[in-house]
Amino acid sequence: MTLRDDAPMLEARAVTRTFLLGANFFRRGRPLHAVNGVDLAIRRGDVLGIVGESGCGKSTLARMLLGLLAPTSGRIMLEGEDLGTLTRRAIARRVQPVFQDPYSSLNPRRSIASIVALPLEVHGIGTATERRAQALDMLDRVGLPKRYGDHTPGQLSGGQRQRVAIARALVMRPEIVICDEPTSALDVSVQAQILNLLMDLRRELNLTYVFISHNLAVVQHIASQVAVMYLGRIVEHADTVTLFRTPRHPYTQALLASVLTPEPGLGVPDIGLGLAFPDPLNPPRGCTFHPRCPHRMSRCSSVVPMLTHEQGGAVACHLYPPSGQAQAA
Amino acid sequence: MSAVPKARPDDTVLEIEDLSVDIATPRGRLRAVREVSFHVSRGETLCIVGESGCGKTLTSLAVMGLLPAVASRRARKLSLLGEDLLEASPRRVNALRGDRMAMIFQEPMTALNPAYTIGNQLTEVYLLHRGGGIARARERAVELLGKVGMASAAERLQQYPHQLSGGLRQRVMIAMALMCGPELLIADEPSTALDVTIQAQILRLLADLQKDLGIALVLITHDLGVVARIADRVAVMYAGEIVEEGTAERVFAAPRHPYTRGLISCIPIPGRTATGGRLGTIAGVVPHLVGEIRGCTFRERCPYARAECAAEVAVRSIGEHRWRCVHEELPA
Amino acid sequence: MASTALDAATAIVEPAGTVVAAPGFWRRVWKNKAVVGGFGWLLLIVAIALLAPWIAPYDPYAQDLANRTVPPFWYDAGSFAHPFGTDPLGRDYLSRLCYGARISLLIGASVAMISGFIGTTMGMLAGYFGGKADLAVSFIVTTRLAMPVILVALATVALLGGSLWVVIMVLGLLKWDRFAVVMRSATQQVRSLDYVAAAQAAGASTRRVLLGEVLPNVLPHLIVVATLEAASAILLEAALSFLGLGVQPPLPSWGLMISEAKTYMFFSFWLIAIPGAALALLIFGINLAGDGLRDLLAPDGPT
Repeated sequence: MTLRDDAPMLEARAVTRTFLLGANFFRRGRPLHAVNGVDLAIRRGDVLGIVGESGCGKSTLARMLLGLLAPTSGRIMLEGEDLGTLTRRAIARRVQPVFQDPYSSLNPRRSIASIVALPLEVHGIGTATERRAQALDMLDRVGLPKRYGDHTPGQLSGGQRQRVAIARALVMRPEIVICDEPTSALDVSVQAQILNLLMDLRRELNLTYVFISHNLAVVQHIASQVAVMYLGRIVEHADTVTLFRTPRHPYTQALLASVLTPEPGLGVPDIGLGLAFPDPLNPPRGCTFHPRCPHRMSRCSSVVPMLTHEQGGAVACHLYPPSGQAQAA
Repeated sequence: MSAVPKARPDDTVLEIEDLSVDIATPRGRLRAVREVSFHVSRGETLCIVGESGCGKTLTSLAVMGLLPAVASRRARKLSLLGEDLLEASPRRVNALRGDRMAMIFQEPMTALNPAYTIGNQLTEVYLLHRGGGIARARERAVELLGKVGMASAAERLQQYPHQLSGGLRQRVMIAMALMCGPELLIADEPSTALDVTIQAQILRLLADLQKDLGIALVLITHDLGVVARIADRVAVMYAGEIVEEGTAERVFAAPRHPYTRGLISCIPIPGRTATGGRLGTIAGVVPHLVGEIRGCTFRERCPYARAECAAEVAVRSIGEHRWRCVHEELPA
Repeated sequence: MASTALDAATAIVEPAGTVVAAPGFWRRVWKNKAVVGGFGWLLLIVAIALLAPWIAPYDPYAQDLANRTVPPFWYDAGSFAHPFGTDPLGRDYLSRLCYGARISLLIGASVAMISGFIGTTMGMLAGYFGGKADLAVSFIVTTRLAMPVILVALATVALLGGSLWVVIMVLGLLKWDRFAVVMRSATQQVRSLDYVAAAQAAGASTRRVLLGEVLPNVLPHLIVVATLEAASAILLEAALSFLGLGVQPPLPSWGLMISEAKTYMFFSFWLIAIPGAALALLIFGINLAGDGLRDLLAPDGPT
């Protein structure tokens, strides 16, 4: 089916994913809404940065975008087709992951070449010799010498392993790469190398990225638009420049204030969030952020703010009510 | 760095000269820490910064006397509040640990014993070193939990670690370290495992406590941002040695060692680094530290390397700012 | 925590230009005395079992009523004609020992394979899929654990009559529980690792993921349990045969030999001691090998 140029490549519509914890013979388990009503639209060539802290649901969202996990409700559309209707292989040809932990993302019992060639093998592309050749080519492309193809992951450093993971993700020339904290476990100097590599490859291979990270400085450097998640919801979504220049949601502001840049003399800022820490199994009523919010009002504890779209972006906060609409009691 | 020994002012809490840690490996003797020297005074924060494998954690363990059996340490001087730790008996070191010097570890999830209550673990340290009754120990625990910003401290004493979030657990760790009022606090990546917003809170707490109690703080981290914001002085470690040392302002404003410079250029700074542009990198990998090591260990990766880097490299200094390089000043 | 600092210090990768060999695996094997000793001993017994037709001086079934209950060579009345003596029916003990090794090893290996297959399949499916599959398998395992193995084995054999194959089937169908439990937890650990997710994201079918990604990484656990279960199966067979409900005479099962010798225990002690010692040494060898394997594979781990 033909797509308009500006139609989104990957889209999430009201996606929710609920886990039932502690289910056994006798009870159903308590619900954990890891992702709660998320809307996203990613266009070709975008780099969408998703930021949030632990428990915000970004990894769960990543798995749903990869087709590894089905949403409890809502739909994920890949170029207009519902992910639920596509076979895993069809999705795999177009969307691939790069995971966070370089030490667990490579099978320690396989050689590097066979790890990189695995997607080709699964899809039955080419002969074994051809696949190996393609895998080695890919290794070269990500900056690793071809002879590493016969090594095992245990012999490589964290940065090198992450390059292998990138090679594996790109060997089938996908269109979208979901990067789930790809540099968080790496040293700073290695992180810079991997980020440069990712940016180069994006240009060379015309890729679209979803870049999940808790490191705002990195996201600001690499992303074209940013979505901020908190306890399963998107609380703010805007293009990078706008979000970093004028963050609107108090949580976004706190996140930005927490970024400790290597500039001496500025001290550690007071984020102003207080000590209350949310329990995802028992989230606060109304706006889930309100117990920690320095600007909370009375309605914040009873009414869930909706994501309102305005010029420059979207924000879900009672400080920015939708203009011209009557507010529900 | 081998400094010329000179008289230290009276408020020096920790003084180390030429500390080395060797690890016995099947491949030979691994020189994980090589002739490291530094000092910390009361009320001062020294940050030891370096990437993984540079030896910073081993250095802190060597100071505390907590090295694993395969590692051995030696030093020209290692003294806490004027008392020599090298010759001290294990019993004496045990008495000092937790009392005069304390350590906070990286993983608050695993550093607390899940089988005991917070109160139990807090009072244990105090009772061990100060004796006295449980009531006094509990009082002190509540006092410190309040100091680290935990509300309803008295009720918290009954709770178990799993009932607290990561940030709260780290606060408990800090309180535990401060129970006996130590003069030296070593914090090994205290905020790395925590969320970004919690990290800022914990660091701010540490900075405030330090000012409040006047303790000497040695903070070990790989995060240059943390260092810039919290350190009075910085020691940059690479491959087991300190390659640059000085005040935070000087080291960040005018880094003299190529590694420090490279490290700073790797970090994207919102507002300063051009978005989408290339980040600075440091080519190559950390070299093997087994066997004989001659010359500068950074030379394979250094964009300014010269022939003389293969020989012993002298320590240069401008005032308190010291670095180990053949270059007096790096080209812009 | 100290160990991670050590790991970081020692896990430095060779600079470009040098090829790094497999990290001293074989060196660790040779240094591990338990593995060397245990497997060495096992190999010896396997060799004896395989070469029995050539090593054994006599036919183990051949009765020589003129030479009944001849003591082994270290007694005055014994000689090297029958180095380990003969049993009350005149059959050479050494030959019976050699052929008996075959039976014990056959039992150990087959039961380990059958129960291993059943238990591993159940454990891996439970660990991989979780949810209802896990609940179902856990329920079955709990039920199985509630059954006293020996009594059930006895009852079954009593019903069906004792023979080598009945014993193998009964033990194989009963002793899979440890496999299931261990493989379930091992699979759960591997399941959560990113390379499994990466394989799924690459489009691999469940079968391919289980066999290609999960199984090779849980294999160490499987091997360790298999050695232990093999040893246990051999002992069980000996017990069953001793009670007359296992292998039937005239097969030279060591357990049967012990049983037949029990009436002579006080007069011709060696009749019971020799097969008893052989059994003990075999089990010892297997357990030693299993222990050593566990040590060898533990530091490797799933990383």
